[in-house]
Amino acid sequence: MATHEHYYVPAQSKWPIIATVGMFITMYGLGTWFIDMKAGRESHGPIFFAIGGLIVAYIMFGWFGTVIKESRAGLYSAQMDRSFRWGMSWFIFSEVMFFVAFFGALFYVRNITGPALGGEGPKGIAHMLWPNFQYVWPLLHTPDPTLFPPPKEIIDPWHLPLINTVLLVSSSVTVTIAHHALKKGHRGALKLWLALTVLLGLAFLMLQAMEYHEAYTELGLTLGSGIYGATFFMLTGFHGAHVTIGTIILFVMLMRILRGHFDAEHQFGFEAASWYWHFVDVVWVGLFVFVYVL
Amino acid sequence: MSAVIDDHGHEGHAHGPAKGLMRWVLTTNHKDIGTLYLWFSFCMFLLGGSFAMVIRAELFQPGLQIVEPAFFNQMTTMHGLVMVFGAVMPAFVGLANWMIPLMIGAPDMALPRMNNFSFWLLPAAFLLLVSTLFTPGGGPNFGWTFYAPLSTTYAPESVTYFIFAIHLMGISSIMGAINVVATILNLRAPGMTLMKMPLFVWTWLITAFLLIAVMPVLAGCVTMMLMDIHFHTSFFSAAGGGDPVLFQHVFWFFGHPEVYIMILPAFGAVSSIIPAFSRKPLFGYTSMVYATASIAFLSFIVWAHHMFVVGIPLVGELFFMYATMLIAVPTGVKVFNWVSTMWQGELTFETPMLFAVAFVILFTIGGFSGLMLAIAPADFQYQDTYFVVAHFHYVLVPGAIFGIFASAYYWLPKWTGHMYDETLGKLHFWLSFIGMNMAFFPMHFVGLAGMPRRVPDYNLQFADFNMVSSIGAFTFGATQIFFLFIVIKTIRGGPPAPAKPWDGAEGLEWTVPSPAPYHTFVTPPEVK
Repeated sequence: MATHEHYYVPAQSKWPIIATVGMFITMYGLGTWFIDMKAGRESHGPIFFAIGGLIVAYIMFGWFGTVIKESRAGLYSAQMDRSFRWGMSWFIFSEVMFFVAFFGALFYVRNITGPALGGEGPKGIAHMLWPNFQYVWPLLHTPDPTLFPPPKEIIDPWHLPLINTVLLVSSSVTVTIAHHALKKGHRGALKLWLALTVLLGLAFLMLQAMEYHEAYTELGLTLGSGIYGATFFMLTGFHGAHVTIGTIILFVMLMRILRGHFDAEHQFGFEAASWYWHFVDVVWVGLFVFVYVL
Repeated sequence: MSAVIDDHGHEGHAHGPAKGLMRWVLTTNHKDIGTLYLWFSFCMFLLGGSFAMVIRAELFQPGLQIVEPAFFNQMTTMHGLVMVFGAVMPAFVGLANWMIPLMIGAPDMALPRMNNFSFWLLPAAFLLLVSTLFTPGGGPNFGWTFYAPLSTTYAPESVTYFIFAIHLMGISSIMGAINVVATILNLRAPGMTLMKMPLFVWTWLITAFLLIAVMPVLAGCVTMMLMDIHFHTSFFSAAGGGDPVLFQHVFWFFGHPEVYIMILPAFGAVSSIIPAFSRKPLFGYTSMVYATASIAFLSFIVWAHHMFVVGIPLVGELFFMYATMLIAVPTGVKVFNWVSTMWQGELTFETPMLFAVAFVILFTIGGFSGLMLAIAPADFQYQDTYFVVAHFHYVLVPGAIFGIFASAYYWLPKWTGHMYDETLGKLHFWLSFIGMNMAFFPMHFVGLAGMPRRVPDYNLQFADFNMVSSIGAFTFGATQIFFLFIVIKTIRGGPPAPAKPWDGAEGLEWTVPSPAPYHTFVTPPEVK
């Protein structure tokens, strides 16, 4: 705590306000789009959504670009580095809690709602709502099959999901090898292992897309096929979105490394990316166990 | 922004604020951002208050006089949402922005640009939320707790904008909280160990942890709603194997820590103010820290006490009942410590102290009605009555809001460089105190007698108490316009404030001049 003197407080910045405007337009556009879609109306929502999205993309380049420039110009101290580390750690914690909400929903419907609807336990009186419903997880019969047509089958965990598990766990290993290479200054190995990590991420996403395609076209497993489909797609979907973001972040790191950024002392950006990647990996292991296998 | 890469960025801290409107839009200064938060919060306080005035005007007499029931529902919903997310939370973030760097000897918040982003997302979020009142189907009308399926199957179209507004508020809160944690853990002056920090800093550290833990859960909750409404999922629909009760579990897992988010910083501020005007150090500092941490921990395991009548198993009722009662222990420790701090002190009752003492007494009353509600079998009777409304207004108005008023008067000299008018401040206090008790105390009685909440009409037998409540509410509401006048008067002039206007006050914030210079502690102070 002795290095206070050079804590860098940036001058005024235009990025936050542009980011706010971008976020507002994005959210307004998306909301309008959804509302009009449901009402079956023409909508100007998608245009606003696209404009907002472009603004957000622009500020991501601009804002992160500014931070990178400042960092490369040597404005940041070791103390600043610690602020970033605390910030990233708590951000990942908040992401964990986001997934906790969806995992919690999954456990709740499996252990409490399902049995009650099937007639078990003190709340089994709920069975009178749909007397023909029998509770078996995975839910191949929904209480009201006309409203929520159940899936014919579910995804077999021991094919694509198993391959995806192997891909993602290996990518956590490769990114760690890349990190060790960075610390030792082996730039060639660093580039190679990081590129391999990005490729593994992309391969994971491709297989996930194939799996979704199969679910929708062949298995009848959709967002609307009862609570199994809802929890399945929300959990794997948000995870997939995070893998996409993580892959983009790692790709940006690769580009920066190709331009000669980072060394053994200055590597917070890379470390943050790898923390994020490990987080995404851990969530996947949870998904594989609780969504696919059990 | 590329301009900062030149030398200017290295030593540009000596200069003052930029001129004009862009100073506020582009600022990275914690004091500017704190001021923005506080003004925004006050605007929302008046807006949410005006919704409450509509509610109380309608309830002045039985029968339907002024508004349609459908609009009444929008008023109760928006009053709650605006007060919780627009008035109370931003006020505390504003206080945190202003005071935490001053209290721990930091040059600014740890991540100043993100700090600006956290603030500006809030006006955007509330623009989105409040504008729904003017849409054809009306604004959110399902109560601030937005239970499914009221908020999904039977909701107005505008619920989708409500969901995205909640997302924006959540992003703002999470970034704000991350900033607070990073500042406290990383930017303390040399010698400012954790156990030397003022309690306001401690309570905010714990509050920030609660925010980071539960705001994402709220985001998950509204996301499930969004998917149920637009993409045919069945999270809250039993026909697909989901459960409306699941909504309540997810919501209250956020909602209960949220109520401590709204009170812990007030605990911290009062723990500075009472010692200052008692001219004694705080009694039991260490136990205060541990009590705050215990309250935060317990807040995660009591959420289903909001759901006693929903049909949870007996063992669940018992667990949540006893866990809830357990919170009275650390809270009792706090009240005991505040009273013991005053014991044999040289008390004076300037406006901050008046608000702080009223806080201790009235918050305790709110705590007691909370204990009554915690008793599951008794709660079966109180559920959804005005007794619940009385309870949470007693913890929020003389709790959170009085805590904010006390803080505002206590630190106004530091912010503005002027002393506020003590007579006017005391008048503000007494009118608020009388108005607030008149508004909310009778609600206990009508609630116990069975008057349901969120209904625009009521049985004749409740008429007198409701009229008293309404008069009290109008008094309280009008008094806050008076507070605005006092603050503006203080900003524009008044006796100059010394660096330390309160002789019993302690802390680093009193070592810098009043008003606090634009940049403080660029070089950290040494804390003995």
